[in-house]
Amino acid sequence: MSSNSSSGRLPAAAVSTPAARLAPARTLLASGVVVTAKETRKTPAVTINLAVRAGTVCDPADAVGASFVLSRVIDRGSAHHTADQLAEALENRGISLSIGVNRHQLSIVCTCLSADFDAVLGVLGEMLMEPAVPDTELTLRKGEVLTAIAQDDDSPYIKAVQELLALLYGRTHPYGRPAKGTVESVETMTRARLLALHGERFAPAELSLVIVGDVDTGHAVDVANRVFGAWSNPTPPAIAIPPPAAITERRTLVVPMMNKSQADIAYGFVTIQRSDPTYYACSLMNNILGQYAMGGRLGDSIRERQGMAYYVSSGLDANLSEGPLVIRAGVSPANVDRAIASIDEELDRIRAEGVTERELAESRQYLIGSMPRALETNAGIANFLQTAEFFGLGLDYDVRLRDYLSAVTLGDVQAAAHRLLDPARASVVITGPYEATS
Amino acid sequence: MATSAEARAHAPVRVATLANGLKVVVREEHTAPLASVWCWYKVGSKDERPGLTGVSHWVEHMNFKGTTNIPRDQVKGIIEQFGGSWNGYTWIDQTTYLETASREALDRMLFIESERMARCLYHPDDCDSERTVIISELQGGENDPDQLLDQELVATAFKAHPYRHPTIGWLSDLEAMTRDDLFGYYRRYYVPNNAVLVVVGDLDTEDVLRRVQQHFGSIPAAPVPDRNRTVEPEQNGERRLTIRKEGTTAYLKAGFHAPAAGAPEFFPALILDAILTGAKGINLWSSFRVPPPQRRSRLYRALVGSGLASMVSGSMLPTEEPFLYVLSATATSGTSLSTVEARLLQELELVRTAGVTPAEVETAKTQLKARLVFDADSITNIAHQLGYFETIGCRDVYVDAASKIDDVTVEQVNAQAAAMLTEANRTVGCFDPLPVHEEPAHVSVE
Repeated sequence: MSSNSSSGRLPAAAVSTPAARLAPARTLLASGVVVTAKETRKTPAVTINLAVRAGTVCDPADAVGASFVLSRVIDRGSAHHTADQLAEALENRGISLSIGVNRHQLSIVCTCLSADFDAVLGVLGEMLMEPAVPDTELTLRKGEVLTAIAQDDDSPYIKAVQELLALLYGRTHPYGRPAKGTVESVETMTRARLLALHGERFAPAELSLVIVGDVDTGHAVDVANRVFGAWSNPTPPAIAIPPPAAITERRTLVVPMMNKSQADIAYGFVTIQRSDPTYYACSLMNNILGQYAMGGRLGDSIRERQGMAYYVSSGLDANLSEGPLVIRAGVSPANVDRAIASIDEELDRIRAEGVTERELAESRQYLIGSMPRALETNAGIANFLQTAEFFGLGLDYDVRLRDYLSAVTLGDVQAAAHRLLDPARASVVITGPYEATS
Repeated sequence: MATSAEARAHAPVRVATLANGLKVVVREEHTAPLASVWCWYKVGSKDERPGLTGVSHWVEHMNFKGTTNIPRDQVKGIIEQFGGSWNGYTWIDQTTYLETASREALDRMLFIESERMARCLYHPDDCDSERTVIISELQGGENDPDQLLDQELVATAFKAHPYRHPTIGWLSDLEAMTRDDLFGYYRRYYVPNNAVLVVVGDLDTEDVLRRVQQHFGSIPAAPVPDRNRTVEPEQNGERRLTIRKEGTTAYLKAGFHAPAAGAPEFFPALILDAILTGAKGINLWSSFRVPPPQRRSRLYRALVGSGLASMVSGSMLPTEEPFLYVLSATATSGTSLSTVEARLLQELELVRTAGVTPAEVETAKTQLKARLVFDADSITNIAHQLGYFETIGCRDVYVDAASKIDDVTVEQVNAQAAAMLTEANRTVGCFDPLPVHEEPAHVSVE
């Protein structure tokens, strides 16, 4: 087939246009709340992102899942308004909340029209500072969480990662225990337990508020001060995360789920803290291994060349403590062994040979060049600023990220691979209709 | 607020048609140094005949595997080098491909799409390798009981219209399809006069049109096969299906034949859905990524508020021909499906016979118009909407959405509820889990 295009050649790659510098305004309120505001005029809307350092690591040992249950009930009534009144105040404005909890933070995120900003922030503040946790609502939300636990238990995709984290960290470690809790812990969760947890962990110095959108920065800070300025609660002590136990051998856990069609693989390691000086080398290594252009090297091997999986990728979750690197793939039961062998091969190869100059340049260019896209929407900017605040990366992180990535060498990447990815010490979980061959 | 939403939807758009029939839609959007290119084809799973189900989707996969002028080994990173992302999807009415990247990548994005339109390779080895990838995708879907039930519900609700088969296809067809089936299908439908190219971003319209002509102008037009002619006969009685399979959770769905996007009843149905389950918006690409404001909706209060269900949702999607309005509920652990169903049907009967209130309609309108603003926050979303509705023949549904929402009356919503939510028009699907036969997990250490 002959070429019909004007040149028939691939137009050359050019240097991507850098994103305009974000330059957000960061204000520390007298109460201790940090407010980061960025004005944009993309749409007549504002994204509000509230994050409290009250994630699942704060779960009491005898109440696993407490933070998750609290996240489900925190918007269901306050000291001043019923659940229905709060819902009405938001939903009549077309707003829905995304409330989530990860290891270290509980987040309330929403986008509202600019005209509604003042009122909406007031409602969110009320929820966050003074939740009522009515018993009727708690009973309903616990029912939902129990159903969600049952659904997770029936999902090879979710179960594979849950079991991997338990294998990597141990079932009682804050990074290894189930975020939603167990049937037993949720069933016995009480209003008093949740309010005590809230009282202990929710404090102004633990809150970071990010406001991005069509609102004047000064006005945003004024409203934030009106809502959170008088809030007081002692700053809680930091949660001590025990160092994970060293893993010296390779372990494979098979969880047969014979009612399913496809098997899921979760293959991982305990890695580094976000503050580790090798973070950017590890991040680039992970991008080359399992992310760049549809799954990196793993995608090339397992999906493109061997056609074994619809999805395969790796993810690095460096955190306040040593987070995991998790490789995931969904494959036919007949291909499980071959897929795991291919992961082993790719890890051996990247450890032994490192990566090529071209691979490093491409991944670096991608991570830098994708910034304008990541920062295109108000929600994207808010998420970026919240992450920067959480890890203390600085207000100019969007600018300095380029330098951090540019400083990484081929040797750094290989060293990162060598340090993190030893198949002889991998933890592997297989869920689904699979029976081990040996 | 309506003004804001409409202002963005009404932002100047240039529509041009090349001599070969390619329709080009360009909109300048100077909010970020980015460009988004979407190439849409008027072919989807409704164009497939028995034996070839899933071919549209498989063809989409094949069209990422190199072309005459983009060797296989140059595909990787071709857009990522510009900090971009690219993807595609196939659905019942259309297939689309997109790239969003730095504005400097415009030439490359247009080149990729022109190559994709005319010069994909379909190497036999790639066809075979992709077969297992797609079967893996199908099996991954089967692992999810909710998805499995959805597929069965649609297949039961439609007995004649090709909307009845799943976009992924039936397994036996995927196992049997040949390289010639795939390539023949590609060649029949991937022609400029069956496509819509949408370009949105930090660009100059005249420059975009010049480049489009340069890349696509010499691709010849070709006859396009007739599209589906089958009209689904009126349903005259409730249909039911039950899936009994090992699982931990019970799921319920109720589907009702619903108006197409271009029908006058579409917006009344959209408002009815907002009242029943919360306002989602009309962007298939982004509207469903955040939860709808639904806590004061009727079905949320009746099912989740009462503890019978852990989740309820509604799906009133814009489609070219009449599709299904689907209501879904997940029973809480320990609650029987019959209890959930009885409560759901009671609420539907109430809205069908007693109607909705003016206050409910006003709230739904406010919510839907806010969603229009939220869904227009990126060039990718804007480009999606322009192409999606152009491809199903009703760009005005997107452009004039805010005013069409404003124009809906309480009487129209009530008439839609009365006409649509009848027993005779209903298909009920249940996933009734059997006890899971648990086998012990085992760890091996090396």
